[in-house]
Amino acid sequence: MSAPHLLVHDRRDNVGVVVVEDLAAGTDMLAVITEDNSDFHIKAGQAVPIGHKVALKDLAVGDTVIKYGEDIGKIVAPVAKGAHVHTHNLKTKRW
Amino acid sequence: MNLEDRKVWGYRRENGRVGVRNYVAILPLDDISNAACEAVAAHIQGTIALPHAYGRLQFGEDLELHFRTMIGTGANPNVAACIVIGIEGGWTEKVVAGIAKTGKPVAGFSIEGNGDIATVAAASRKAKEFVHWASEKVREQCPITDIWVAAKCGESDTTTGLASCPTVGNMYDKLVPLGLYGCFGETSELTGAEHLAAARAVSPEIQEKFMKTWQAYQDDVIEAHKTSDLSDSQPTKGNIAGGLTTIEEKALGNLEKIGKKIKFIDVLEPAEAPARGNGLYFMDTSSAAAECCTLQAAAGYVVHIFPTGQGNVIGNPIMPVVKVTGNPRTVRLMGEHIDVDVSGVVRREMTIDQAGDVLIDMIEKTANGRLTAAEALGHREFVMTKLYRSA
Repeated sequence: MSAPHLLVHDRRDNVGVVVVEDLAAGTDMLAVITEDNSDFHIKAGQAVPIGHKVALKDLAVGDTVIKYGEDIGKIVAPVAKGAHVHTHNLKTKRW
Repeated sequence: MNLEDRKVWGYRRENGRVGVRNYVAILPLDDISNAACEAVAAHIQGTIALPHAYGRLQFGEDLELHFRTMIGTGANPNVAACIVIGIEGGWTEKVVAGIAKTGKPVAGFSIEGNGDIATVAAASRKAKEFVHWASEKVREQCPITDIWVAAKCGESDTTTGLASCPTVGNMYDKLVPLGLYGCFGETSELTGAEHLAAARAVSPEIQEKFMKTWQAYQDDVIEAHKTSDLSDSQPTKGNIAGGLTTIEEKALGNLEKIGKKIKFIDVLEPAEAPARGNGLYFMDTSSAAAECCTLQAAAGYVVHIFPTGQGNVIGNPIMPVVKVTGNPRTVRLMGEHIDVDVSGVVRREMTIDQAGDVLIDMIEKTANGRLTAAEALGHREFVMTKLYRSA
């Protein structure tokens, strides 16, 4: 298998992690779900740094972000599929 | 070779524990004895001073933790023999007596009434004796599971949860059932995954003990002291630069360190030595790397595995700290700090199972005497945990 651009922990997740440097906007990303080694393709909506998250679907304000199959916080600004998910649109529910 | 048959070359101590280093430690009881300890260590080769910031006017639980950390550090099997220097005789002797229970050579010196120069002279004479004694010790073959292995992650990013922490978890899943003592901590950094951590407790009793410890941290530390939300501290700026957004996300990655199968068998106070036999332990610690490592070393752990994403450079003066990263950028930019490169995991060139085996190989090499990156680079962070202000 060629090296993936994006890794997703769990089938239930709605975000994945960029694992390559210098990802360009518009890249047709190979995404692998580590849970079962299945893969799919998704277009990078923007240049996203290595280690940062990308939305696997459109996310609306109030939506829960799922990673590892678990709740990692809530969306506070709308995110389009393929766009960067980080502190500007995702907030903890804890503090 | 079967894991059951894996051996390392360690130092079998008087109490049966195995050390992987052979230090003669010069331990200050308090901050004002640092200068004398550093003078002894500068004079007598083969010794190591362990300067730190506290030890005066502490009281209650905070003082108990100070004694536990001091005694535990001296008692650690990586320390062959220990000199303790304090300003006053009383507390110095208490630490000496605690370390002496291991059966190893230990001697105490107090500065009051003697001054630094006479104290350094007397302590140097004793330290030289200890150095000769310790350097005659010969390594012997011991089962790899006689090595107590602690873990804590730092400068985490999303690759930590994808690669380096699952590598540690895989190692624990393989070695703990064979008799290894393991340890994880970082009470604050389990926030968001505390329910999953609690579910890994061996019994309802330990589960309750864990949740009580975690809740006490929320109530007594975070709620009592926060001035805003903790978004600027947890995750850290480095975590955020690495792509982690929330404490929940960080905690879920952190928890990958304890593997998929094993349960933890007790909840330890900071620096408390495990007392329920072999198995994985949770220790109530800060998530700050040097504080956590210092507490785990004081509990008796002799090798530390430190998964990092963005590249934490932490070391410890008496316990080798093995760095593991799955971030290819960190390997490229900060490779000199990395002992185990598992970035092949994110390229899908390496499975977690293979990465776990590579880590076990590095534990063996480290136990046999290979210097870690942190040791070679001179990282000796020794940081006492302080619970509240001194009297």
